[in-house]
Amino acid sequence: MTEEKTREAIDTGLRLRDDIALKKETNFKQMLKRLAKNKLAIAGGIVFLILCLVSIFAPLIAPYDYAAIDPVNKYMRPCAEHLFGTDQFGRDIFSRVIYGGRWSLTLGVASTLVSTLLGIVVGSIAGYFGGKVDMVIMRFIDIVQCIPGILLTICISVALGSGIVNTVIAMSFGGIWGTARMLRGQILLVRESEYVEAAKATNVSSFRTILKYVLPNSIQQTIIGACMGIGGTISAISGLSFLGLGVQPPLPEWGAMLNDGRNYLRYYPNMLIAPCIMIALTILSISLFGDGLRDAMDPRMKD
Amino acid sequence: MNENMENRTEREEMPERRHGFHRGGKDRHGEGHDRHHGERHGEHREGHDRPHRGDKFLNVKNLWVEYTAGKRVVHAVNGISFSLRKGESLGVVGESGCGKSTIAKAILRILPDHGARIAGGEMWFKGKNLVDLSEAEMEKIRGAEISMIFQDPMTALNPVKRILDQVASVIRLHNEGMTKKASEAIAIDMLKTVGINEDRVREYPHQFSGGMQQRVEVAIGLSCHPDLLLADEPTTALDVTIQAQVLDLIHDLMEQRGTTLILITHNLGIVAEMCDHVAVVYGGEIVEYGTKREVFKNPSHPYTIGLFGAVPSMASDGERLKPVEGVMPDPSDLPAGCKFHTRCPYATEACKDGKVPVVDLGGTHRCQCHHIEEVRAKREKEAATV
Amino acid sequence: MSALVELKGLKRYFDTPKGKLHAVDDINMVFEEGTTMGVVGESGCGKSTLARTIIHLQQPTDGQILYKGEDITYPNRKQLRKLREEMQIIFQDPYSTLNPRYTVEDTLKEPLVLSGQYEKASLDKQITKLMDMIGISGRLRMAYPHELSGGRRQRVGIGRALAMNPKFIACDEPVASLDVSIQAQIINLLEDLQKDFGLTYMFVTHDLSVVRHISHNISVMYLGQLVETSPSKELFAKPLHPYTKALISAVPSTDIDAPRQRIRLKGELMSPINPKPGCRFAPRCPYATEACHQPQQLEEILPGHMVACCRARELNEDLLAKGQEGEGNV
Repeated sequence: MTEEKTREAIDTGLRLRDDIALKKETNFKQMLKRLAKNKLAIAGGIVFLILCLVSIFAPLIAPYDYAAIDPVNKYMRPCAEHLFGTDQFGRDIFSRVIYGGRWSLTLGVASTLVSTLLGIVVGSIAGYFGGKVDMVIMRFIDIVQCIPGILLTICISVALGSGIVNTVIAMSFGGIWGTARMLRGQILLVRESEYVEAAKATNVSSFRTILKYVLPNSIQQTIIGACMGIGGTISAISGLSFLGLGVQPPLPEWGAMLNDGRNYLRYYPNMLIAPCIMIALTILSISLFGDGLRDAMDPRMKD
Repeated sequence: MNENMENRTEREEMPERRHGFHRGGKDRHGEGHDRHHGERHGEHREGHDRPHRGDKFLNVKNLWVEYTAGKRVVHAVNGISFSLRKGESLGVVGESGCGKSTIAKAILRILPDHGARIAGGEMWFKGKNLVDLSEAEMEKIRGAEISMIFQDPMTALNPVKRILDQVASVIRLHNEGMTKKASEAIAIDMLKTVGINEDRVREYPHQFSGGMQQRVEVAIGLSCHPDLLLADEPTTALDVTIQAQVLDLIHDLMEQRGTTLILITHNLGIVAEMCDHVAVVYGGEIVEYGTKREVFKNPSHPYTIGLFGAVPSMASDGERLKPVEGVMPDPSDLPAGCKFHTRCPYATEACKDGKVPVVDLGGTHRCQCHHIEEVRAKREKEAATV
Repeated sequence: MSALVELKGLKRYFDTPKGKLHAVDDINMVFEEGTTMGVVGESGCGKSTLARTIIHLQQPTDGQILYKGEDITYPNRKQLRKLREEMQIIFQDPYSTLNPRYTVEDTLKEPLVLSGQYEKASLDKQITKLMDMIGISGRLRMAYPHELSGGRRQRVGIGRALAMNPKFIACDEPVASLDVSIQAQIINLLEDLQKDFGLTYMFVTHDLSVVRHISHNISVMYLGQLVETSPSKELFAKPLHPYTKALISAVPSTDIDAPRQRIRLKGELMSPINPKPGCRFAPRCPYATEACHQPQQLEEILPGHMVACCRARELNEDLLAKGQEGEGNV
């Protein structure tokens, strides 16, 4: 209903305008242009890019090795040598958060990407074809979702063992179903619209209909959801690490660092704050970028 | 249709409605014949001092409304004036984007908070200027004295409350001390008259079709028994037989309680049935105004003629329709001079600039156009050839 | 004139938790080539479902659809592809009829490409031709639906239907949500296209003045059933079914000197789920008798004028007598 309203509002503003110029650019170019106009989205994109670059070039940036133990200088507060201080083993926290991005970002982004893509496939099939197919898929999802997500992830992790790839599999498996369910709901709305019927009446194939008609008009929530999901995934991975299933110490995964820092919150909050800042920066930048991307993909959002 | 059939299908519970109902005859018997009838009913109602018939009940003077959207200013209403006596009805006719809904929202002072403002003018209602009233004072007037039936029913219905509760609570709001049971009985009755069966009144809005939601809204609008009813396309989403029922309902309310009506619509047939006066609105201005007879028998503005030409007549023989060509100009970018000149077949240089004079055509009939004589000559010539 | 599309006992039921919903129930109809058949009825009478069933957006439950004399009720894949090119649909809601992510060009191009009739080089020209036909100026070629007014969107919808060169177009309330002058422009456009291409229309609407204007023949539906079908003018001059009479009398007239006397119907539509046999209008009909609760047969009372009411003859003696004196008076 609210979408209807905004559409109507935008519409009354523009509908009667006679001077729509003859545009020659491709849709993709137009999309980039719209994205470029969104300053917040660009800022988000840049911050995220910096985070990625920092992780990639960590060995060049980090002043210390992430695993170098220095029993003399443990529990140090932030100072010139150790920007974020040191932890209970005297490891440089600054170096650790910089290296940590390698695991956290990879795991977070990869797991979310895999689960979102699979969720889109499952959700579109259920939503577009409906009927028995939908029924079977949805009941399956119901069953899977009955099991607490973390339990499911733990089970898979235990079965597969620890390691980056296994963690991605374990993490993404739990994420598929929520995405699928949400997308299916959106698709059910879009599927009823007359333009989808019109596609059917003009011999457009089911695959093309899903790709060109249904998905572009129903996927916005999913994109935003995925961006937000990255943050959740990063913190969930920390839970796995905590149980000894995800990333193993001494690898400085942000979630694991968060877990470590928890115990010293009272006296050495810097141990907690540093990975917190990184996670927050990641989530914020991705969200801003995702938000902008969603808007840019919609040709209705013009000015 | 025979008389017998009408009587048999009449709703039994309100026998007085039958009286004086053939409204088409109203004009022939002199204006306002039914009004006295309606006034008599109105006197039964106890309540605050009401103005006598003949007073200007609602007087809108030179009303301007603007919307600001970003850098653009949308001139929705541009200097509209009209007045209504108690119990009269005005049909506001025009197409979407002409500002007709904005007039109603301005009177009820429910323009959107952001970006919309009454840029000038006065609206006198029962001796008070609505423009100057505080929000708290307005709240007392809304619903009780002025109520509105909206075009979009979903905005007005609470999605998590049962239909019956919504109607009943409005009735209780305006009848203090009424028991829940009594208000529900009235609500059920009211819903029945708009064609909703008792077995469905305990459902939620989403279980209703758009047409049924609209009927619920009409029921709510009418159950407040307002003095002034603003109806914004109240029957657009309805089927003809239900539309007829709803129009009858509004008409009954006018007769029994002397309710004044402003009916906003694009359907000239409904105006012909319901209203005494007609205002044709284009580009936020009243381009033609008069009694129903003056406007329908003697349409003088090219736009009014275009509107009539666009409606397939039930009497004619499949002649090609003669609508106004083109589309409404963007309200944020209205042309100078006569707003209609971009689509007008009579437009000359004079129309493109400056203020267009309002020509008095006798009686209450007035028309804002440079070319009334030509328009009239052409229309008479066409009428002669047919 | 020959029949382009013929429906024989066409049914479309939906399964609902409460039982079978009889959306379209035993409809017989003939669409003569090059003419317009208006289908009138109130919301929920199944007129849109009927249109969608004919062009195979819905599966018929029972009955037959003939196209040029050939049974096409259950087409195979190949037949369906071909049929979709010959039978098209124009939708009601200009807001949802176009893909919001498609420009005007995209919308018109897709059916042209899919039909395989045009080479890549001639596509551009064909789109220009189409846009000309539907009265959309070239400037709007790259415009998205939200940049177009309702009337223009509806024109693009018509263009999409025309792109495949169809013979039969089902128009599902194409002007219901448009402003009057735009509505008239679209009606004129549809009439012009019919003249130019010899199109056959099924014109579904609830607006009686529009249907009277555009149709050669009119069928009146009530709760999934056909109650009356007749040449268009005769239906308004001599409505025989009580429901048709009520419907016509409910239309507000712009003629302020000749007010219509309204027949007021009481009650609501009965539920179309597992309806009782017999006339479905009977519960609201002022003339209902015992006989009305028996199944009603469509009977030809005047030439080309059929009505499904067992009391049609006795109730309309005056109208029928007038008809015998001379058809010229109609």
